[in-house]
Amino acid sequence: MATLELNNIVKDFAGTQVIKGVDLEVKDREFVVFVGPSGCGKSTLLRMIAGLESVSSGDILIDGQRMNEVGPAERGLSMVFQSYALYPHMSVEDNMGFSLRLAKVPKAERREKVLEAARILQLENLLERKPKALSGGQRQRVAIGRAIVRNPSIFLFDEPLSNLDAALRVQMRIELARLHEELDATMIYVTHDQIEAMTMADKIVVLQGGIVEQVGSPMALYHHPRNRFVAGFIGSPKMNFIDVEVRDARGEGVSVRLPGGGEYLVPVDASGCQAGDTLSLGIRPEHLTLDDNGPLEGEITVIERLGGVTSLYVRCHGEEWILVTDGEVSHRVRDNVRFGFAPARAHLFAEDGLALTHLERHPLVDVERRQNRASTAADVS
Amino acid sequence: MLVPLCMTLWFSFQRYNLLNPFISGFAGVDNYTYLLTDPALWTAMGNTLLLVGWVLAITVVGGTLLAVLFQQEFFGRGIARLLVIAPFFVMPTVSALIWKNMMMHPVNGVLAWLFNLFGFQAVDWFSSLPLTSIILIVSWEWLPFALLILLTAIQSLDDDQVEAARMDGAGPIAIFWFITLPHLKRAISVVIMIEMIFLLTIFAEIFVTTSGGPGLASTNLAYLIYIRALLDFDVGGASAGGVIAIVLANIVAIFLIRTVARHLET
Repeated sequence: MATLELNNIVKDFAGTQVIKGVDLEVKDREFVVFVGPSGCGKSTLLRMIAGLESVSSGDILIDGQRMNEVGPAERGLSMVFQSYALYPHMSVEDNMGFSLRLAKVPKAERREKVLEAARILQLENLLERKPKALSGGQRQRVAIGRAIVRNPSIFLFDEPLSNLDAALRVQMRIELARLHEELDATMIYVTHDQIEAMTMADKIVVLQGGIVEQVGSPMALYHHPRNRFVAGFIGSPKMNFIDVEVRDARGEGVSVRLPGGGEYLVPVDASGCQAGDTLSLGIRPEHLTLDDNGPLEGEITVIERLGGVTSLYVRCHGEEWILVTDGEVSHRVRDNVRFGFAPARAHLFAEDGLALTHLERHPLVDVERRQNRASTAADVS
Repeated sequence: MLVPLCMTLWFSFQRYNLLNPFISGFAGVDNYTYLLTDPALWTAMGNTLLLVGWVLAITVVGGTLLAVLFQQEFFGRGIARLLVIAPFFVMPTVSALIWKNMMMHPVNGVLAWLFNLFGFQAVDWFSSLPLTSIILIVSWEWLPFALLILLTAIQSLDDDQVEAARMDGAGPIAIFWFITLPHLKRAISVVIMIEMIFLLTIFAEIFVTTSGGPGLASTNLAYLIYIRALLDFDVGGASAGGVIAIVLANIVAIFLIRTVARHLET
């Protein structure tokens, strides 16, 4: 039950700024995910919150208390490491109870708390084992159990699922979400996997080069990226970008001319741009549709069939476009196809990378994550 | 390997004196009874155990603490590591000579000078504390070895584990006790095993400094065998001593290898 606030956090490593002034507010019981490419500073930021890394300037506030100089153990947080960082010479029970042992909690009480955490994670049968005798997923659960036992105000996760295989990752993702509900705790989660970010987060923080690019709900990031970086980073395959020329800027939106000659009216705020400007148009592969009357035409160069969906790489006016279409398409490489898109799905980015604001907000942006889960949907209704 | 072993066994049952060819023939177990009833053997065995025990204690404890120290970041760490490992490369005879003439000499030694500087009486190390002096010299020689092995072991300690322990509320001492030391367990048992094999046969340091004296105060088993064979010219008795040393070393080795093997398994 805790809130976290970061005020203009800066981290210097021997003269290079790794974190360049981050402001963030995490509400009580929120599940916040930090995503970004490698080296964006997301892990450093998490380690600063944990107290494992010092803060060069700025304040870290937990429940309103300034925590900059407080040691990692006294902040009331617990962390799950990517490598699990279990103590190899201790049994599962000792691993989970280590913090309590250091805090000189009596043995009986310690055992009770460990058993409670073991029950939540279904680890009761493994308590006597050494970490070496566990599978990857079990080790991960022990690491989470060790975090639970401390009864922290905030859980920190540093890429906890990246060492697991794909099937286990899916399972752990659901389990972590369930755990979040069961424990009702604030959680901060670092990952480079956007599926983890999109499925688990209440709020995603996209970081790049030590700067927060955007903070928002998964759907807000997907439908209303603040800039070109976020647009390209969220969503897979990547959003297609193409330079377009502005023909007309009016109240209903900006009318742009595509390289092939087609003209589209994109419903965005037109203030600040005028006819003749060059903008960058972004459109997600899944929003491009094959259409025999479509305004764009190109030759297929690569086909990736995934069964359910098929990705087509289409060469069109010197640009490589990616389309995600139905799994049943029967096109062959070197076929010519025509395609198009709904103008409302397109995004326009100015020269500095910032997106022009859409005139209408997407209806799913304000759906809360909890509404996506059966257990609490019942509680809500 | 078998030939010298068999010859030693053979000689240990012979009357064989290097100075007097008329003393000869089969001795039966006389060499052994004579040796085992000789109080010098028990003194030498006691000295051997003391020597091995103390040197092991000093090098393992000191090596572990120094390994933790040298793991920390500090200015000039590379050079400091090099310097601290250097004594291992000095041959035992030379280092014993250096200690005898430059460090522990009651008049010219560095230690005597230091003692005088602080107003204490200089100690004549080799006559008043002979075994202690040997222990000090041998420890100085073997500390770098222990440090080297333990330092490499400590470097393989996962940083995440230390950080997890910090998050769990462990201070530096708790981290050392609960994380670092268990991690070093294997390396420590390897150090103990290797050192023990070499420490049982310490000879040069004693020969160069105290010559086993005063009396038998710093004579260990290896040195006693040397006295029997080459000072008393009693090859038969020396061989019997040698056989006893072999038996002793094997008993130690069996115990050690079993414990180490158990550690390595887990």
